Amino acid sequence: MTVLDLLGDAPTESPSEVPPVVELRGTARQFPGDPPVHALHPADLSVGAGEYLSVVGPSGSGKSTLLNLLGLLDRPSDGEYLLDGIPTAHASERERAALRAGHIGFVFQAFHLLPHRSVLENVLLATIYSGVPRAERRDRAVAALERVGLSHRLDFPPTVLSGGERQRTAVARAVVSQPRVLLADEPTGNLDSESSEAVLELFDELHAGGLTLLVITHEDDVSARAQRRVRIADGHLREIA
Amino acid sequence: MTAVAQRVPRTDRFGPRDLLAEAAAGIGARPGRLILTILGTVLGIASVVVTVGLAQTAAGQINKQFDAVAATQAVAKPATNRGFNGNERALAPLPWDAPDRAERLNGVDAAALVAEVDAGDREITAVPVHDPSAPRVTSPTLLATSAHALEALDGRVVQGRYFDEGHDTRGDRVVVLGVDAAQRLGVSRVDRQPSIFIGDRAYQVIGIVDGMVRRTDMRSAVVLPMGTARTDLGLASAQELHMHIAVAAGPVVASQLPTALNPNAPETVTVQAPASTSSVQQSVQADINTIFLALGAVALLIGGVGIANVTLLSVLERVGEIGLRRALGATRRQIAAQFMVESVVVGLLGGMVGAALGVAAVTIVSAVQSWTPILDLRMVGVAALAGGFIGLLAGLYPSLKAASIEPISALRGGV
Repeated sequence: MTVLDLLGDAPTESPSEVPPVVELRGTARQFPGDPPVHALHPADLSVGAGEYLSVVGPSGSGKSTLLNLLGLLDRPSDGEYLLDGIPTAHASERERAALRAGHIGFVFQAFHLLPHRSVLENVLLATIYSGVPRAERRDRAVAALERVGLSHRLDFPPTVLSGGERQRTAVARAVVSQPRVLLADEPTGNLDSESSEAVLELFDELHAGGLTLLVITHEDDVSARAQRRVRIADGHLREIA
Repeated sequence: MTAVAQRVPRTDRFGPRDLLAEAAAGIGARPGRLILTILGTVLGIASVVVTVGLAQTAAGQINKQFDAVAATQAVAKPATNRGFNGNERALAPLPWDAPDRAERLNGVDAAALVAEVDAGDREITAVPVHDPSAPRVTSPTLLATSAHALEALDGRVVQGRYFDEGHDTRGDRVVVLGVDAAQRLGVSRVDRQPSIFIGDRAYQVIGIVDGMVRRTDMRSAVVLPMGTARTDLGLASAQELHMHIAVAAGPVVASQLPTALNPNAPETVTVQAPASTSSVQQSVQADINTIFLALGAVALLIGGVGIANVTLLSVLERVGEIGLRRALGATRRQIAAQFMVESVVVGLLGGMVGAALGVAAVTIVSAVQSWTPILDLRMVGVAALAGGFIGLLAGLYPSLKAASIEPISALRGGV
């Protein structure tokens, strides 16, 4: 059993009954100040299960704000955000933490791997918060690392890995708990073109396996690989045809 | 929230085992820093254990010193100084009637003079054999005492009797043998009126004695009456006046005896009498306790601040890790718990190492001083746990700080 087999369940159900994985309803975020800063103007967005969406925009356009909202790291100041049909804007911190653990996988530009832990332990870290049964944790983590082509690096500290390998470790950590959506924030920002290509191919494979992907980037050739593209500029979200 | 509940069973979501494992990994990541962190606690706990341990040991030691024998014995000696040629000499001899003078004092039950007698060339033997070819054997020591020596020295008669004032005054040629000397001279019974020879003169053995804890050399000595030693062997002066005193009479005897023995020059007499039990014990304990407990308290305080400091530093250093954990679904409470447990474990480690060091120090000091180490083991356990408690207090603020970190800002910093 691989991670992808487990992830493959969602799209087989009838789309009409399944709510979109990510749904923004007039979601806005403004930061208090004089005058208040509108980081994200009221936006509507719906991402169905199994979709591959990219958000492009120059720096300072509100990409990070959008990512923080989508990843439940920040609350919208207006509107509602439904994750897998569950309203989150007014959920308690505990519920939001549980949703982060079970429904969302993060991939960051800076990898965020713990330097003193092995590759395998870094992937296992995600399983302890998401409630993967203890007996399955190791097998799943090994399977996830195998999936990203790092089964020969299990006991290496991340500090000796190349950038591409680090990002693939981060991807393994993100998918090990079988999230509903993978949020990637500039996943290739710190990588050379070869490593970038490898990571993007990995995304393609994950998408082919049925995983919902949401990639935030400022690079056009990264966003070009997605099915759907959304542009964000000055806090306004706009679909690119 | 039913969907969430199904996907995330509570039991396997960051249980106690995960908490301990994560805390252990956090502590183990930097062993060098761990040692520095626990150093303060180690010193604090160790000094507290040493304080209490040494106080207990000293108390036991003092009690031992003030047992029945020691508390009822006193000795007076002539004061000495060094002459121009560097020899030590007595300032004035003890008077021959010193026992009578001492026994008049309140608290003195019995008193007796003791002197070592120089036998010169005279051999002390059971049978006078003049065999020039035989090797010379070492003679037993020759001591002279006044009549009440047995009472004054807590001795007892094994056979026969001790000499009395009559023997002493008349200079009768009688001796009493210590048990070891009797065995050496082959005298086993006194009812056959055996004699021993000092030089050529025969002395009748009238008794065999044992005991005399303060002068154990008497057990292997031939003991003469003081008057006999003066007459026959030219004894010039006595060296010591031994007294059996009432319990707690020591300070009184020590202050009055010099005047009683030598009213014109009391400074020529030195008296060794037991001090009053309580005052010595109190002063020793008070010294040890205040100094070490103060040191221990300061060290513990520093240790606590040290742990707090390093834990806080570690929180600030691991902001990225905290953000990542929050993103992976950790609640604030789980983050706080992790840093709390790390701090408590560090404190507990310090407590255990400190308690062990403290026990070792008490043992070593006792061994060097030939004391019996006395240490309440429950106290050692409590001291180790106290380290954990310090860790708990020290971890409070850093843990709250860690829990309050916002994942958004933390994740921008990087790990």
